Amino acid sequence: MLKESPFHPRTSALMEGFAWRRWAGYTMASVYELTHEREYHAVRSSAALFDVTPLYKYLIRGRDAARLLDRIVTRDVAKSKVGQVLYTTWCDARGKVIDDGTVSRLDETTFRMTSADPSIRWLHLNASGLDCTIEDVSERIAALSLQGPLSRVILEQASEQDLSGLKYFRLTPAKISGVPVTISRTGYTGDLGYEIWVEAPRALPVWDALIDSGRGYGITPAGLLALDLVRNEAGLLLIDVDYISAHHALIESQMSTPYELSLGWTVALDKDRFNGRDALIAEKERGPAWRFMGVEVDWNALERLFADVGLPPKLPTTAWRASVPLYMGGVQVGYATSGCWSPLLKRYIALAHLEGPYGEPDTVVEMEVTVEHRRKRAGATVRALPFFNPPRKRA
Amino acid sequence: MSTTWDAIIIGGGHNGLVTAAYLARAGKKVLVLERRHLVGGAAVTEEIFPGFKYSVFSYVVSLLRPEIIRDLDLPRHGLEILPLESTVTPLDNGDYLAAWGDPDKTRREIARHSLRDAEAMTEFGRLMHHMAQAVKPILAMMPPDPTSLSPRDLAGLLRFGRHFRDLGQERFHALYKLMTMSSADYLDEWFETDALKATKSASGIIGTFLGPRSPGTAYVLLHHYMGEIDGSFRAWGFAKGGTGAISESIAGAARRFGAEIRTEAGVSKILVRRGGTSGVVLENGEEVRARVVVSSLDPHRTFLQLVGDEHLPDEFVSDIRRYKFRGSSGKVNLALGELPNFTCLPGMGPHLRGAMSISPSIDYLERAYDDAKYGEFSRAPYMDIIIPSMIDPGMAPPGKHVMSIFVQYAPYNVTGGWTDAKRDAFGDAVVETLSHYAPNIKQAILHRQVVTPADIERTTGLTEGNIFQGELSLHQLFFLRPAPSWAQYRSPIRRLYQCGAGTHPGGGIMGASGRLAALRILSDGR
Repeated sequence: MLKESPFHPRTSALMEGFAWRRWAGYTMASVYELTHEREYHAVRSSAALFDVTPLYKYLIRGRDAARLLDRIVTRDVAKSKVGQVLYTTWCDARGKVIDDGTVSRLDETTFRMTSADPSIRWLHLNASGLDCTIEDVSERIAALSLQGPLSRVILEQASEQDLSGLKYFRLTPAKISGVPVTISRTGYTGDLGYEIWVEAPRALPVWDALIDSGRGYGITPAGLLALDLVRNEAGLLLIDVDYISAHHALIESQMSTPYELSLGWTVALDKDRFNGRDALIAEKERGPAWRFMGVEVDWNALERLFADVGLPPKLPTTAWRASVPLYMGGVQVGYATSGCWSPLLKRYIALAHLEGPYGEPDTVVEMEVTVEHRRKRAGATVRALPFFNPPRKRA
Repeated sequence: MSTTWDAIIIGGGHNGLVTAAYLARAGKKVLVLERRHLVGGAAVTEEIFPGFKYSVFSYVVSLLRPEIIRDLDLPRHGLEILPLESTVTPLDNGDYLAAWGDPDKTRREIARHSLRDAEAMTEFGRLMHHMAQAVKPILAMMPPDPTSLSPRDLAGLLRFGRHFRDLGQERFHALYKLMTMSSADYLDEWFETDALKATKSASGIIGTFLGPRSPGTAYVLLHHYMGEIDGSFRAWGFAKGGTGAISESIAGAARRFGAEIRTEAGVSKILVRRGGTSGVVLENGEEVRARVVVSSLDPHRTFLQLVGDEHLPDEFVSDIRRYKFRGSSGKVNLALGELPNFTCLPGMGPHLRGAMSISPSIDYLERAYDDAKYGEFSRAPYMDIIIPSMIDPGMAPPGKHVMSIFVQYAPYNVTGGWTDAKRDAFGDAVVETLSHYAPNIKQAILHRQVVTPADIERTTGLTEGNIFQGELSLHQLFFLRPAPSWAQYRSPIRRLYQCGAGTHPGGGIMGASGRLAALRILSDGR
């Protein structure tokens, strides 16, 4: 049996069409209603509530906790302030990305790290000689993500706390229904949003309080289909879809450096020592071979291809995850790894790896599309990420 | 007073704004003049009662052309269309008929009423998809003048002819039926469930002074099927922030391209000298000069009021005088302290996020029309109801709601005229009818706004309160809209153009008239 999240008694009651899927060994909802439209729109127009319990979570404590994390991740953990959350990658010795996640500084010597893959072994391997404890709290801590323009007002009511001072990528302790929680202003949607971290045995009342407070604000429990659409709009990459972990890759060319994923901003080369530093210094000087960019398929080109066979353009209704070639002048110059029709932006967008020189925004390329079983190429334009970046995200 | 504009757009409704945005995008110096304090025309959101936002007139969106959304990048300016997934028709016996967002759920629901209809739905949907696809290119087409020998018109006619030839026999016949039949007869060929036919045929009477059994209404039905959202036809949505947000987004795009929009600047006269226009005179007496004047107002207002018949050919004047408006619909907007509790589906179910249609039978609709034929509003009217706050919680304070009720029939020429007492009586009839299906509605009402065709005319300027700027009847469509030989956005006055829904392809928040007018102006080298 797959594991059930502490919120399962609530989420399973909402499930209309048995649309479950696996996430890190848990049974999680793809979509609660029969279609995902409303759940998707809630993220952008009111507030959506996601169960993100399956994230791996580690508590690192002790005098050398910051030093341990600084050996592993690419961001500068020592410089982070209490209450700050860092989004970061971590690499192997060759500078190839193993995983991406967050590091939260709960107090001077206590950190919580989240990751998409299990990381306890990697943490221990790097901890030799350091004075700190590492605890896997993945199952002990449940997590909810409340995302959307009305998430703040709902959370303020549920926590009876003013959150206007809580900045982007900061966290605060709070209480919801008398249950102690941590609220971080983070998420995987590129919108205004928060994640709520709570001890698993006391998690259910938190769900109930959020739903109660959110009723007048259109709060909508949402599944992974909706999340996959919004993360495309937000240009947020997904491990083993948009890049392959250096711990999973079978051949060198499957691996990426942070620079190749356009995540160079997360690499603090001025830190004195961390995994992959030398390789990354060299790569920065050389310039990365790849860039991770947005691609927008030209509507008129798509419409023409379909009109040739007498059809209106067929748009994907959910996000796809596949490797789709990108061309310029008949030569392959990259590949898209995720894409969707954005119902919000009314654009066909994709996340893509492009060989260095072709990764400049506004470069015109072609993307392979299948029209009535035949492979065609539709004009497309390279775009900077994210596609959608509302001011409210940071405001 | 020294500025001369490249183009003045009279009226800041959605079509006027679309024309302005396209002209400004082409580098023209554009001024929009709007009489009211806000842009939008009949697509406005107003806080009539504190805390509650009403889409006062037009209330849903589907027909807005996708190419306009793309060309003007409206999402960047705040356009956000939320899905409106279901339609529920309460029946007089306490049951209901529903169409849900999910096809399986809908099929099972209709099968409760008729197994045959449940299967016919799929086939009907496919045919209507083909019909909408057949008509879609026409929406983006400048109507060719069949009596003209100009190369452009001949090429247009040829394209038009080829398009229909390519449809194939079966679809051409279906289209011909749609163009000529009544919606009731057309639907009779497909379905047996009365409430199903009634609810579908309602799309054929909206904005039209005809009943479901009147020939010509099948075309209006098709007009409402042409809407598409993300490539799927017949998809209706609700604009976040109400329909005013659509207008605001187009205005935002126009401004970004450099257009200037002036509100509280009503136009009293279009200046005409030696057969051409040179600008307009505002209600405050100010003269504003422009090389081109574009009117988004309806043909009556543009030609008979702002130009004046002394400047126009007699034949054209009589065509415009004969052009039919006949407003037939009203609107009731409610602020609610609690949600309506429908007897047929008690409680707070998903049906409250979709449309509720008061159309229990074809006879019910036809009877509603009977009242109107003889100068009365319908005592038991057809109503299309949505609760915008269920879709966009920002439309009302938390826990409270707004309800938008489109009502037909409310004839413009009601016996005795639209007095305050008549308006109240009309509002009462609507609430009374609704309370038959949702008994708690009366006690839930915190505020009521009743909009009659006379109110629509007074507030928006739409002659006789016709929501389409003139009826969508065959003799007023395509190369005859608004008048023969003047269906290509030009007018008998040089450099005076038309861009409102009184031109092809007509009403609804579509923007096609505005866009085609702009393209015509640009291709004329203005």
